[in-house]
Amino acid sequence: MSIKVYSTATCPFCTMAKNYFKKNNITFEDIDVGNDAVQAQEMIRKSGQMGVPVIDIDGAIIIGFDQQAIEKALKAAPAEKK
Amino acid sequence: MYDLIIIGAGPAGITASIYAARKRMNFLVITGNIGGQTLWTTNIENYTGYQFITGAELVQKFIEQLEQSRVQLKQGEKVISIKKEGETLKVTTDKAAYEARAVVIASGKVPRKLGVPGEEEYRNKGVAYCAACDAPLFSGMEVAVAGGGNSALDATLQLMNIASHISLIDASPRFKADPVMIEKIEASGKVTVYHAASIERIHGDTFMQGLTVRQSGKAFELPVKGLFVEIGYVPASDFKSDVALNEYGEILVNCNSETSVPGVFAAGDVTDVSAKQIIVACGEGAKATIAAFSYLERHKQEAL
Repeated sequence: MSIKVYSTATCPFCTMAKNYFKKNNITFEDIDVGNDAVQAQEMIRKSGQMGVPVIDIDGAIIIGFDQQAIEKALKAAPAEKK
Repeated sequence: MYDLIIIGAGPAGITASIYAARKRMNFLVITGNIGGQTLWTTNIENYTGYQFITGAELVQKFIEQLEQSRVQLKQGEKVISIKKEGETLKVTTDKAAYEARAVVIASGKVPRKLGVPGEEEYRNKGVAYCAACDAPLFSGMEVAVAGGGNSALDATLQLMNIASHISLIDASPRFKADPVMIEKIEASGKVTVYHAASIERIHGDTFMQGLTVRQSGKAFELPVKGLFVEIGYVPASDFKSDVALNEYGEILVNCNSETSVPGVFAAGDVTDVSAKQIIVACGEGAKATIAAFSYLERHKQEAL
């Protein structure tokens, strides 16, 4: 399972999303789109919008910190907890 | 059927929930997010027990305390209506419908919208309400900020090192902000200020490409890719209900947290409480659950 969190350093919902994965011992890649214009474009292309966070769980794109949508996507993806 | 439904999970809603859990009530919390306005509060120096704490840290503490109890939480739902049918309160959201014998409304305040064409269409496609979150995505672009208070000027300062140019569009003839911020903005050479100006329309294709602005009776175009709306907050009381509001849209409550509808209580910034403070909202949330609990006890006895 591959999880990417597109975030900015100062956004509270990004922090909450990252805390959620940390608390549940789920490995994720933290991408700071504030420091990486290429990844920012990638995030905009994937999600069709410019708000952070955007979470990519094996290709399932979740906009914002939507815990119910995250849990649904995690269930659909093969469990691979660290 | 629940004993109690709590709407909102900011300081008022979370405290209401902690009290409901301690009273062993069968309750449900429905909220858009956890934390509310406190999430965006950078520095808190007036919450008893903490000489200094950030909003995000305080919310984290709130959540940890909430998690000590088993709380049924529906996150990411928006309440559409609260209807009383007999003794039952029906709460309908954009996703489901719930029933309870009592309700505590603690939905807080949300950013005020401009209410112009294109605002909804380009939300998160150029139109943003959180400079702290989304400013870095506008690197090297021309953007605009709507507003003339401290939060608008703060957003402008945050964008200063990110955007190539900022148009600051203020509806008032002069800023209502701290002089130190105004001085910084005037000295930057990166900000064009339009006072007594209004935004008429937001337009673009897939993403926002510009604004139509009107000043002194003349309309003109600003080719900006982003608009940060910082024009204050409004009470989140836009659901359908019989609860009485004041002229500002705040829910009227008495000193026992009661609204005009028996069984419906309210707490925090969504109400006409005189002080909009985190610590006050917490206290009001506690009061509302205690009042709801006594209301339910009274009704139980009457039913016997």
